[in-house]
Amino acid sequence: MELIQASFKQVSDAVKTKKISAVEVTKFFMSRAEKLNPQLNAYIAFNTKAMEEAEAVDKKIQQGEAVGPLAGVSFGIKDLLCTRDLRTTAGSKILSNFVPPYDATVVARLKNAGAVVIGKLNLDEFAMGSSNETSFYGNCKNPWNPEYVPGGSSGGSAAAQSARIAMGTIGTDTGGSIRQPSNFCGIVGIKPTYGRVSRYGIVAYASSLDQAGPMVSSVEDAALSLEVICGHDPKDSTTSQQKVPEFSKNLSQNVKGMKIGLLKEYQSGGIHADTAATYQRAVDELKKLGAEVIEVSVPLTEFAVPMYYLIAASEASSNLARYDGVKYGYRSDFKDLSSLSLEDFYSQTRGEGFGKEVKRRIMLGTYCLSSGYYDAYYNKACQVRRLLREQYLDVFKKCDVLLSPVTTTPAFKIGEKSSDPLKMYLNDIFTTSTNLAGLPGMSVPFGFSKEGLPIGVQLTAAHFNEQAALNAAYALESVSGVKERRPNVF
Amino acid sequence: MSSKNTYRGYEAVIGIEVHVQLKTKSKIFCADGTNFDAADNENTSPVSVGMPGTLPVLNKTAVEYSIKTGLALGCQIRNKSIFARKNYFYPDLPKGYQISQYDKPICEHGSVTIVVDKEPKKISITRAHMEEDAGKSTHFGDYTLVNYNRAGIPLLEIVSGPDLSSPKEAAEYARTIRQIVLYLGVNDGNLEEGSLRCDCNVSVKPIGRKELGTKVELKNLNSFRFVEKAVEYEIDRQIDEIESGKKIIQETRLYDPDKNRTFSMRTKEDAQDYRYFPDPDLLPIMVSDADIERIKKTLPELPFDKQKRFKETLNLSEYDAELLTSEKELADYFEELSTASGSPKLAANWVTTEVLREVNTHKINIKQAPVSPAALAALLKQVESGAISGKIAKTVFTEMWTSGKSAEEIIKEKSLAQVSDTSLIEKIIDDILAANKSQVDEYRSGKTKVFGFFVGAAMKATKGQANPDVVNKILKQKLES
Repeated sequence: MELIQASFKQVSDAVKTKKISAVEVTKFFMSRAEKLNPQLNAYIAFNTKAMEEAEAVDKKIQQGEAVGPLAGVSFGIKDLLCTRDLRTTAGSKILSNFVPPYDATVVARLKNAGAVVIGKLNLDEFAMGSSNETSFYGNCKNPWNPEYVPGGSSGGSAAAQSARIAMGTIGTDTGGSIRQPSNFCGIVGIKPTYGRVSRYGIVAYASSLDQAGPMVSSVEDAALSLEVICGHDPKDSTTSQQKVPEFSKNLSQNVKGMKIGLLKEYQSGGIHADTAATYQRAVDELKKLGAEVIEVSVPLTEFAVPMYYLIAASEASSNLARYDGVKYGYRSDFKDLSSLSLEDFYSQTRGEGFGKEVKRRIMLGTYCLSSGYYDAYYNKACQVRRLLREQYLDVFKKCDVLLSPVTTTPAFKIGEKSSDPLKMYLNDIFTTSTNLAGLPGMSVPFGFSKEGLPIGVQLTAAHFNEQAALNAAYALESVSGVKERRPNVF
Repeated sequence: MSSKNTYRGYEAVIGIEVHVQLKTKSKIFCADGTNFDAADNENTSPVSVGMPGTLPVLNKTAVEYSIKTGLALGCQIRNKSIFARKNYFYPDLPKGYQISQYDKPICEHGSVTIVVDKEPKKISITRAHMEEDAGKSTHFGDYTLVNYNRAGIPLLEIVSGPDLSSPKEAAEYARTIRQIVLYLGVNDGNLEEGSLRCDCNVSVKPIGRKELGTKVELKNLNSFRFVEKAVEYEIDRQIDEIESGKKIIQETRLYDPDKNRTFSMRTKEDAQDYRYFPDPDLLPIMVSDADIERIKKTLPELPFDKQKRFKETLNLSEYDAELLTSEKELADYFEELSTASGSPKLAANWVTTEVLREVNTHKINIKQAPVSPAALAALLKQVESGAISGKIAKTVFTEMWTSGKSAEEIIKEKSLAQVSDTSLIEKIIDDILAANKSQVDEYRSGKTKVFGFFVGAAMKATKGQANPDVVNKILKQKLES
């Protein structure tokens, strides 16, 4: 078995039947990661206890104890998810010394399923960004071409997965942060329905939008790992009580009769020729496979980006208030305490601890929630959001899955958009409405640009119907013709 | 408005916010304990100190207690109420926001009746909303220590309408709220520990004017006496300001009990914009009509109703009824005694005098009284049957309190049973009359006042055990024969 190509199931079966040990798997990915990471800067930190944790999995197997479906699978975790006794930074200076005494529920569930966490992955600071350029820990690079961004905010997860310096990774998606980097790096990423996956222990950016999900190499791996992390969590009141289907068991490439909706609003306007071509080919392939393609409309997607930035920034301005240097995290090195006012304590600590983009969004959100502006901005955005959701509900009466590009272009160059926040924000034009409506969405690789950068397509399904998106993606994956292509870091 | 509540041509308009700590075992959004005697920062967890990624999970008991209180205050309970974030920075506020309720509080539109100078007055309750408490900062020179034990303790903030018009009414209102929440068992009533804190909004205006004056908020008053004193001072201060041609500034003031004055904490210019918005981490609180009905059935008889019943059906005096209903435990003790002894009047006399005296002397709760209502009833039966005198009974009661023994045991052990044996008493009286010839003559010549002297001598000779009725009867016979 070649570990670099093996599926989760293959590895876990091999580990369970002692054909290979969890320690060997961990060693393989750890050493590969340690070797390649300097080129990519995908990891912020490695888990120094990974070997011990792998040993524990092996020991369980030797003692005949039950281990889960991810036994011995090496996972890299976006550094936005808290890991017990392993520093968690959120890509920020302000949490540069924060070691959580708890695991995020997603991490706990992975470990419980036998996965071994090998390290923490780079990201835009507090998940605010689309290029991984706002990280306090430096840019992460796209393994397909180091001059390009891996996307963001889960850039480290996408880069690590595409370079196979992790067997699987976890990302989070608030406005596209799983799907956009997956698209830029040629991997499979799925953002589940809001409420499917517990947010407990995930550093909050925008609480009503954040969801974690797998960023992996195949639809099969996505289905299996999604199954593991989904489900109600008593620690997160917003998680759903809905039963979690056996996504991996129910996977099917048969899309005969499946109704695929194409959003009228996503057909025009500045789509890169290679992206458009890839998308068109996906439409054609699905038709060939027997799916029925129809045009549908969600007119309010036009306002998705402004809605997203109003709501996300508002929630973020409140969520990030706790980073004040009082209880944990970074605190300014104050020399003279006698003349220090409380206000100076806060402004200096937060001024030094947060980066520019984070401050911009805190300012924006604080403004939106201020008395006199609340109704015009935050409240209005929430009202439109409800209407957007209703429009989507109508659309899903007519079709099973929506197909669209993930972004308007393939990955862009490092530095190309970092000076123009508005340009950067438009990266999210096809992804944010999914979060606003609470829908599941995924990105699956389907082509390449002339420059050799990966391009994916996006599949969006009705609430709690991840299976439909997974199945459509599974069908597309089988005819993509790009599954064997690997970035040249190998 | 009655004319008595006026001050130098002005009348006062007062509204009160009472922060009631709900007596739950764990905090409102996590499993931390709530005991007051915990060591510094012992009752904390990643959730209560606001660590990254942690989330609140609502304590159902806190909701039940809030609904219970709302119902007792005649409020409407919202079927759907919302938690909102109140954003501001302070070191003892771990998340940088307080989870509270804003435009959709759980309880609204109630009222409570207070009695001041025997006159009942209905005070409207605008709303009662749930929120979490903050931690406690202690300042030391150039540093501050924060204790987060209190952070996340559930509070119900009860907001009255601007219906109070005197310091006395303000204090009585706060007292009434305390009495009610104690009756409900949702609060422990410990003002010194901050279990109940009052903010008073005070303004004054010339008598009869409709338009309200500028209000000043007096914050964090933790005793009813301070409420009365602070409001009294504030009314005076505001009138002085207006009379000297100044304007009242809308501000928050604190009360200094040592100097008996209020002082400015912050003015409206520094007032914060709390940027309230619905907390996305919590679902709306959904309360069905069936839930409300179920909780309604658990409501105990409230003090105002109980007092009325004690007066009307048990024929107690206004004073006794008020005193006996001041605390639920006291009322329960009295009722048990009343039923067991079969004599409400006697029971009321004993509880308001002997029992309360011992309780107050030993500074204990009536629930901890070593003499149970049943044991006391047994003692009262001995008095009624004439086995002992009322006077002796008091001695027996004190003995019961300290030794824990039953009335019967004590009476037996100390041979305290009343002497009603006529022949024995007759002999004693004969001796007394023989030894005090001059007094006998006095009596017979019409100076009947000396009768008391003979009674006293007879009681003394029997160590107080002679039945006074029998002594009186025999004496009268002998002296007047």
